[in-house]
Amino acid sequence: MGNSQTTPGIVAGRLPADRIQENFDDLHPAYAPHEAAVAADRCYFCHDAPCMTACPTSIDIPLFIRQIATGTPEAAAKTILDQNILGGMCARVCPTETLCEEVCVREVAEGKPVEIGRLQRYATDTLMDAGKHPFTRAAPTGKSVAVVGAGPAGLSCAHRLAMLGHDVVIYEARPKAGGLNEFGIAAYKAPNGFATAEVDWLMQIGGITLKEGQALGDQITLPGLKDSHDAVFLSIGLSGVNALRAEGEDREGVEDAVSFIAELRQTSDLTTLPVGRNVVVIGGGMTAVDAAVQSKLLGAENVTIAYRRGQEAMPASKYEQDLAAQNGVRLMFNVQPVAVHGNGRAVEIELEYTTDTGSGLTGTGETVRLAADQVFKAIGQTLGDTPEGITLEGRKIAVNDTGRTSLDGVWAGGDCASGGDDLTVTAVAEGRDAAMDIHATLVG
Amino acid sequence: MADLTTEFLGIKSPNPFWLASAPPTDKEYNVRRAFEAGWGGVVWKTLGSEGPPVVNVNGPRYGAIYGADRRLLGLNNIELITDRPLQTNLDEITRVKKDYPDRAIIVSIMVPCEEEAWKDILPRVEATGADGIELNFGCPHGMAERGMGSAVGQVPEYITMVTEWCKKYYSKPVIVKLTPNITDIRKPAQAAFKGNADAVSLINTINSITSVDLDLLAPQPTIDGKGTHGGYCGPAVKPIALNMVAEIARDPETHGKPISAIGGITTWRDAAEFMVMGAGNVQVCTAAMTYGFKIVQEMISGLSQWMDEKGYASTSEFIGQGVPNVTDWQYLNLNYITKARIDQDACIKCGRCYAACEDTSHQAISMSADRVFEVQDDECVACNLCVDVCPVENCITMIELQPGEIDKRTQKVVEPEYANWTTHPNNPAAQAAE
Ligand SMILES: Cc1cc2nc3c(=O)[nH]c(=O)nc-3n(C[C@H](O)[C@H](O)[C@H](O)COP(=O)(O)OP(=O)(O)OC[C@H]3O[C@@H](n4cnc5c(N)ncnc54)[C@H](O)[C@@H]3O)c2cc1C
Ligand SMILES: Cc1cc2nc3c(=O)[nH]c(=O)nc-3n(C[C@H](O)[C@H](O)[C@H](O)COP(=O)(O)O)c2cc1C
Ligand code: SF4
Repeated sequence: MGNSQTTPGIVAGRLPADRIQENFDDLHPAYAPHEAAVAADRCYFCHDAPCMTACPTSIDIPLFIRQIATGTPEAAAKTILDQNILGGMCARVCPTETLCEEVCVREVAEGKPVEIGRLQRYATDTLMDAGKHPFTRAAPTGKSVAVVGAGPAGLSCAHRLAMLGHDVVIYEARPKAGGLNEFGIAAYKAPNGFATAEVDWLMQIGGITLKEGQALGDQITLPGLKDSHDAVFLSIGLSGVNALRAEGEDREGVEDAVSFIAELRQTSDLTTLPVGRNVVVIGGGMTAVDAAVQSKLLGAENVTIAYRRGQEAMPASKYEQDLAAQNGVRLMFNVQPVAVHGNGRAVEIELEYTTDTGSGLTGTGETVRLAADQVFKAIGQTLGDTPEGITLEGRKIAVNDTGRTSLDGVWAGGDCASGGDDLTVTAVAEGRDAAMDIHATLVG
Repeated sequence: MADLTTEFLGIKSPNPFWLASAPPTDKEYNVRRAFEAGWGGVVWKTLGSEGPPVVNVNGPRYGAIYGADRRLLGLNNIELITDRPLQTNLDEITRVKKDYPDRAIIVSIMVPCEEEAWKDILPRVEATGADGIELNFGCPHGMAERGMGSAVGQVPEYITMVTEWCKKYYSKPVIVKLTPNITDIRKPAQAAFKGNADAVSLINTINSITSVDLDLLAPQPTIDGKGTHGGYCGPAVKPIALNMVAEIARDPETHGKPISAIGGITTWRDAAEFMVMGAGNVQVCTAAMTYGFKIVQEMISGLSQWMDEKGYASTSEFIGQGVPNVTDWQYLNLNYITKARIDQDACIKCGRCYAACEDTSHQAISMSADRVFEVQDDECVACNLCVDVCPVENCITMIELQPGEIDKRTQKVVEPEYANWTTHPNNPAAQAAE
C-alpha cells in the first residue's frame, strides 16, 4: 500500500504486517510450567487472605496457587471457576494492580506481588486447553430463565442457572456473544480469539440456548419474556455514549472510542484497519487508554490522551497510564475540548485548559490546538433504552445486593445495574449472585 | 470424582487425612474447626494419667530450619503431652465425637508403664465413644526421662506388654505409635503386633538440635541460656518416615498389617506416596501448624485428581501397591544401564551440572568455550547427580540403553537379562547362575 506512520489522514497499513502482528501479541505472555512453579512458590498461603477479599468474585487465591504449586493446575482451575466461570478472561483483563495484587502482602512488603493474574491464567489455560469442562448440571428443575445480553454478567448468570438445573435462553442483540469481552477489551489482552473460545467452552455445560440478533425493545419485550419464562435477568451493559458537547463534534473523523475498538476487535487483518496520523483521545479511563494504545500500535504517528482533570483524578490506573506512556502515547491533563476544526473533516482539535475551583471544573480561557485527523470520544458509556416501569438509580437500573430490580421477577447485573465498578469481574460476580437468588426464588 | 472415603481398622472417615496427635488436636475448639475445614479424622493430643497435668516450659518450644524464601522445612519442639486436666479432655472428646459421628477420633494416651495406670484410664477413654486409641511410645523428650514415651518405644518387650494390657482393658482398635529414635524400626513394629496391636503409626519426632545461637553459644530454642534436644518433624523428615513405613510394609513378619503414616506429609503427593508404600491412611502435624487447617483442601483435591487420572475409584485400590517394588540393593538389576542427556534447548547454561560432575563425581560432562554442556558417555556412570542439581526440571534426563547397544564407558554390550550383585563375578559370595 505504501502507507507509513506519516501518511496524512486516516489510512490503513501504516506499519508492515509483521510489526502489527507483533504489536498485538499477548501483553502478558503465558507462563511456562517452570515459571508458574517459581511464581506459585512465592505465595505465603496467607490466612483470611487480603487478595481473596479484594477479588470481587472472592476466588480462593491461596488455595488455587497451592494447587498449582503441588502440581495440580486443573484442580486450581476448578477452584477459580467455582467462583468465577470467566476466570480465564478475568486472568487476562482484570486490573489486578488495583484488585488482588494491590493488597498481596508481598506487594505491601516488597513492592512485588505474587503474580496472581498470570497464575490464574496458567491454571485456567491448562484446563481449557485440555478441553475439559469440570461442571455438570443438576437434575432439571423445569424452570426457564431469560437472560438478556451475552456479556460477562449474562454468561455468568446463565452458566450458574444451567448448572443448578434451570433452562436458560440468552437473548443477545448482536450477532455474536461475549459482550465487551468480544467487542471491547483491548486486543492484546485477549488475543487469538480467546473470548469466542471461552464462550464455546462455557456453553459446554448444556441447557443454555443462545439467540443472537434479539434486542430487547426490538425483537423482544420484557412483558413477552415474563410470559414465556419464570424469571428474567437483564445484563445489557451500557450501549449509549456521552456527547462531547464541543463545536464541530459532527466533523468526519470524530468517532466513539468503543465503536473503533469494536471494529478493531472484529477485524481479522489489522493492516486493513485505517487509523489517523494524529489521533487525539478525549477521556481518562480504561477505554481512553485502550483506544490510544491500539491507535499507536496500528501505526499512528502522534497519539494524545486529553483528560480534563489532573493525573491524580484519572480513572485509568497507574499501570494503565504507564502502559500508555511506554507505547509512546502523550498524556495531557487539565484540558477539555472546545472545538474540532477542519473543512468537513477534522484537522485540528482545540483544547482549553481547566482549573478546579472547588465547586467544579471551569475553563481558564487559555487554549491550545493539536493536529487531529482522528478524534476518539472515550468519555463514558450510558445505559441504552430500558424497559418501561423499571426504576433507575442515577443512570443505571436500581438493584439490591442480589440483583433484584423494582419489577417482580426481574433481576439485573453488570454494567447496566447500580453498584459495583464497571469491570468484567464485577459483572461476573453480579451475574452469579443474581443466579443464586433467582434459583432460591424459583425452587424455594 | 474419586471417592476418598477410607476405612482404617474398620473406622470410616471421609478422607484419609487425619491430624496427628499434637497441638492442632489439643482441644475441642481446634478439633471442631479442623473438622469444619475438612479433615477426615484426628488423633487427640496425648492424654496422661489422672492428677495434676504436666507443665510445659514457658519460653519458646519450637526451633526451625528454613529453605529459600524462609520456607519452613523442619520444625523441632520440646512440648510435652497435654497440659490440661484429663477429665476436661475426656468431656470434650465425648462432645465432639457426638457431633461428628462421620469423622474418626482416636485418643492418644501415655501413662506410666504399670498395668494399673492403663487399667484406670482405658475405661474412661472407652466411655467417650472415640473410635480407638493410639499409644504414644514415641515422644523423645521430657516424658522419656520419666520412663514413658520413647523410653517405652525403644524396648520391644515393653511395647508388647503395654499393648497386651490395652487389648485387655479396651475393646476398640489399638494403634501403637512408634518412635524413629531406634536402629531397626521393624523390631518395635513386630513387638506391637505381637501384643495384638491393630495397627502401628509412625513416625513420631526425631531427636534433634535444630540450631545454635552463636551469641549465647546455646542450642535453640533457648530457655534462659540453655537448650535441650527436641523432636524433629516437618518436610525434612519425610524421607526417613517413608523408608520406615516401607520397611515395616515389606517385612515378612508385619507385611500387610495396617499402618498409619506420619512424618512430613505436606501435600497430597506426600500422602499418596506413603499410601502407595503401604499406609492405610496418613496423619499430619507440621503442615497444619505451618499453613493452617485449610491445607487439607489441597490434599483432598490433589489426591482425587491423581486418582481420577490413574483410574482409581477408591483409596484401597492403590494402598500398598508399591510395596513389591521396594527391594534390597543386591537385587537391583545391574544390566539396567542409563546415561544422562542434557536437552540443549532447555539448558540455561548455569553450569551446575558441570561443577557437580567435574568436582565431585566422574568428570563426565564437557564444557565448551561458549558454555555448551554435554555428557560424555564414556565417563558417565549414570549417578543422577547432574539431574538432581539442575535447576530446570526435565532438562537433564536419564536415557536407558537398549540391549545390544554398547556402553561406551565399559565397552560392553548391554545384556537383555536381569542380573544382580548376588551373581556378579566380583562378589566373593556370588552363586553361579544355574
Ligand atoms: C473499551 C473497553 C475496555 C475495557 N477493558 C476492561 C478491562 O481491561 N478490564 C476489565 O475488567 N473491564 C474492562 N472494561 C469493562 C468491562 O468490559 C465491562 O465492565 C463488562 O464487559 C460488563 O459486562 P456486562 O455483561 O455488564 O456488559 P457488556 O459486556 O457490555 O455486555 C452486554 C451485552 O448485552 C447486549 N445488549 C445490549 N443491549 C441489548 C438489548 N437491548 N437487547 C439484547 N442485548 C443487548 C450487548 O450486545 C452485549 O453483548 C472495558 C470496557 C470497555 C468499553
Ligand atoms: C509441637 C508438637 C507436639 C507434639 N505432641 C505430640 C503428642 O503429644 N503425642 C504424639 O503422639 N505426638 C506428638 N507430636 C508428634 C506428631 O504427632 C507427629 O508424629 C510428628 O510431628 C511428625 O509428623 P509431621 O512431620 O507431620 O509433623 C508432636 C509434634 C509437635 C510438632
Ligand atoms: S503462636 Fe505466637 S502468639 Fe501464639 S502462643 Fe505461640 S508465641 Fe504466642
